[in-house]
Amino acid sequence: MEMLYALCVGILTTSGIFLTLRGRTFPVVVGLTLLSYAVNLFLFASGRLGVDDAAVLQEGPANYTDPLPQALVLTAIVIGFAMTAFAVILAMRARADLGNDHVDGRLPTIPDESTAREKP
Amino acid sequence: MNLIWVPLLPLLGTLVPLLTERAGRTSCAWATSLLPALSLLIVLFHAPAVLSGATLKSSLPWIPALDLELAFRLDGLALLFALLILGMGLLIILYARYYLSPKDSMGRFYSYLILFMTAMLGIVLSNNLIQLWVFWELTSISSFLLISFWSDKREARRGARMALTVTGAGGMALLAGILLIGNVVGSYDLDRVLASTIQIRNSGYYPAILILMLLGAFTKSAQFPFHFWLPHAMAAPTPVSAYLHSATMVKAGIFLMARFYPVLSGTDMWFLIVSLTGLITLLTGAYFALFKHDLKGLLAYSTISHLGLITLLLGMDTKLAAVAAIFHIINHATFKASLFMAAGIIDHESGSRDMRKLNGLWKYMPYTATLAMVAASAMAGVPLLNGFLSKEMFFSETLHQSTLGALSWLVPVLATCGGVFSVAYSLRFIHDVFFNGEPIDLPRTPHEPPRYMKLPVEILVALCLLVGVLPGYVIGDLLNSASSAVIQGLVPEYSLAIWHGFNLPLAMSTIAFIGGLVIYYNRKVLFQFQAQFPEADAKEVFEKLIQLLMAGCRWLNDRLENGSLQRYLMLMLLFTVALIVTPMMTLNQPAGDRPQLPLGGVEITGAALLILGALATVIWHRKRMIALITLSIVGLIVSVTFARFSAPDLALTQLSVEVVTVILLMLALFFLPQRTPKESSPHQMMRDLAISALVGGMIGTLCYALMTRPLHSISDFFLANSKTGGGGTNVVNVILVDFRGFDTLGEITVLGIAALGIFKLINRMRLFMPAGDERGRPWSNDRYPVILATVSQLLLPLALLVSVYIFLRGHNMPGGGFIAGLITAVAIIQQYVANGVDFIKERLRLNYQWLIGSGLLIATLTGIGSWAFGRPFLTSWFGHFHLPLVGDFELASAMLFDLGVYLTVIGATLLILANLGKLTTSERPVLTKEEL
Repeated sequence: MEMLYALCVGILTTSGIFLTLRGRTFPVVVGLTLLSYAVNLFLFASGRLGVDDAAVLQEGPANYTDPLPQALVLTAIVIGFAMTAFAVILAMRARADLGNDHVDGRLPTIPDESTAREKP
Repeated sequence: MNLIWVPLLPLLGTLVPLLTERAGRTSCAWATSLLPALSLLIVLFHAPAVLSGATLKSSLPWIPALDLELAFRLDGLALLFALLILGMGLLIILYARYYLSPKDSMGRFYSYLILFMTAMLGIVLSNNLIQLWVFWELTSISSFLLISFWSDKREARRGARMALTVTGAGGMALLAGILLIGNVVGSYDLDRVLASTIQIRNSGYYPAILILMLLGAFTKSAQFPFHFWLPHAMAAPTPVSAYLHSATMVKAGIFLMARFYPVLSGTDMWFLIVSLTGLITLLTGAYFALFKHDLKGLLAYSTISHLGLITLLLGMDTKLAAVAAIFHIINHATFKASLFMAAGIIDHESGSRDMRKLNGLWKYMPYTATLAMVAASAMAGVPLLNGFLSKEMFFSETLHQSTLGALSWLVPVLATCGGVFSVAYSLRFIHDVFFNGEPIDLPRTPHEPPRYMKLPVEILVALCLLVGVLPGYVIGDLLNSASSAVIQGLVPEYSLAIWHGFNLPLAMSTIAFIGGLVIYYNRKVLFQFQAQFPEADAKEVFEKLIQLLMAGCRWLNDRLENGSLQRYLMLMLLFTVALIVTPMMTLNQPAGDRPQLPLGGVEITGAALLILGALATVIWHRKRMIALITLSIVGLIVSVTFARFSAPDLALTQLSVEVVTVILLMLALFFLPQRTPKESSPHQMMRDLAISALVGGMIGTLCYALMTRPLHSISDFFLANSKTGGGGTNVVNVILVDFRGFDTLGEITVLGIAALGIFKLINRMRLFMPAGDERGRPWSNDRYPVILATVSQLLLPLALLVSVYIFLRGHNMPGGGFIAGLITAVAIIQQYVANGVDFIKERLRLNYQWLIGSGLLIATLTGIGSWAFGRPFLTSWFGHFHLPLVGDFELASAMLFDLGVYLTVIGATLLILANLGKLTTSERPVLTKEEL
């Protein structure tokens, strides 16, 4: 099970990073969202996985999950939303002010990056 | 009186001149000197104890977690330097009062000067190495400010920059050396370091420590090859040169060597490096001093030469040499400071410092001339003056050392050569300036300076004489106690007598005088000889090096920073990979010994959906709407994953955040292009894919390695104390609102700020408003669907009820402020979606900013409330009550805090979404019939 979980985290990270490396704002925002899923799952897993463990205190002995990563991830989810919202609104504002939705705020003049680099 | 006051009073004193500047120049000078004078009194008060052999200490905690304290100690060496710094400082304050012209800002000058004084005192009194270094850097900075005091002059700016660069770089080396010492000794405490001689000398780091510490000392004390900054620092006002560049700052490097003499010296490496550096510096300084036409230039090179002499003495392998070094520190400070002041008077009253123009000043200022001639004679080492005594000691020590092995005879010979030049340039100072015909077109007719401008020079020259005639009475005790602090033991027998009989050192002195006379007499020949060499201007070389460095940095910067976010991200990721790779390599196998969970059908299905969703998002990322839908699949699976692995709180949060995120992105998509153009080259695609796969693979492996290893968590504490201490059984919620309540408070503040930032960004945004989708199909103009509107209105009370229920039970069951807030927000947004902004605007008069504010206020007040009961911020309280009909229930102050969280979350979410939504409806362009 752990292997599959780790595979999911890896694939989410890969997809997220690939999208954040794109040149337009919207894919970057989507990539950030994917990446924050991956980060949250990763953080959550630091408390180790457990099926049907007790999340709330019970009478008598019980097998509890680790509440600390959960508390961390809970706030991370909410803050992640605020971050996504900020990024997306910033993207809109950039689009409105600059006339394009490229992450650099200007459209690449030469599509081939290797030649663009030599320009001063 | 506590020692801390010694540097603290001058530190407070930096403000005094700024405050009293308006009161007039004399009052300002008096007020400025008050606190340093008090500080001097404290030092004098402690002096008898120190002279009798005690070491006074005093400390205050600074950063206890790092084992740092503000620690001061006063031993013989520190006493000597403290007296020099404070005494000389007071004379300089008096001198500067007359030197500065009315258009110079006196307050600023004094303020810098006192700041520098504080820094120097901090260095010599520090009992902690890190603290010493902080003050060391402060001297570099304050000296930069002082040298560039006349900042309108280009040479002042350049000289200051050069001094700062050289001494600052040396400071970095010193820090590295100090850190290494701290590493070896295990403490930055000077007492402990000084007691760890063997430990340091035997450690493998010793060569590195020695070289780094010496780099710090040599740069500060202008030793060859770092000597070039000192002549250029002469662009400073003369009081600064007299103070910093003769008596104090350049002696800081010497002080450092003397301070660490007990631990660092005694090895061949020390003797060789220090003595050779000193010797070369002594000779080059003395030689070049002769050829400087500028008075201050001559004095600067002479200072370099004398600093070399002291360094050479510290680098010799006899204990008496160290005593001679200390003695010469005192003597050099007195005669050189008075010479600088005299040079300043000459410059001030005649308008020039060029010795080719300044001639025959004896007639115009006989009194100053006498003082200057006595001081210059001390510099040359004329008997009955202090310079003679330390020079004799120096000559005699050169004869008794064996530092260079079989070549040790070179040292006395070269020392005598240095002496020859020293006599020659002193003669030039006296003869060229005060005799040698008439002045040549000076800007002003020279005359004697104001009475009190001469006073500091008189005092210093008197000291030169006193020490020269009665050395034992005047300086004996101080010299003894300072020397024993350097040697860390008994000072060997030595005699401070004026007359030692006819011996070799006296012969060397005689040779030096005769040689000096001969050289001075034939100076024209020498000048012509020297003129053949193209003069390498250190400033130009230095500037060129700096330019080269700048060009290099710019080149590198242009390569790295080309304005492309994609490139930055790529570099950052590659760097991250480089950082992770090494520790990952040491991980022999990814799997640990923790038993793993069995794989079931549910998990496989979920994982398959999640992976397919993620891949689909990537593959169709250009079709933005489709990518959004596949993204939401991933989000849903993530929340299901949380539910599966026993985290109901997270599942609830993720689920509700998922709803608002997708709505947000859909709204945003309305204002953004619907498709992403194909821009990336196949090469770039492959590269990005490789990088992301590499990072993803690493993160996955790391995650796997983490999960399969046993867990040692601090959570047991939370589990044990949640009910008893926090009054709730939902440990996650109790952590949020109680154990880590302060974090949560910060977090909701960030949330509120982000929402307000978004609100501001949306405000007055020039909108990109497509009239239809990317295929040109116009937006639907249908009314809001009736069924949806009706059902959602019916659902609203229910949804709100659920959210209240989730909120109330949060402390004991999954739920809480965050989740309840999100659910409420979703319920209200549903109304927006179903009925439109205008409909809601009429019915729901909520000011969302106000909501955020009140939420934060409630949370903060709850925290402050615990102060009223004498408890720390955010201490929670709870109790159980019984009400008829309702039954037993619990009240906790944490719930009030949670209410703050709840309100902030609602306010922030709605502020973002409702404002964005408003834009889409109210200003949507409607196509007319014709356009359709």
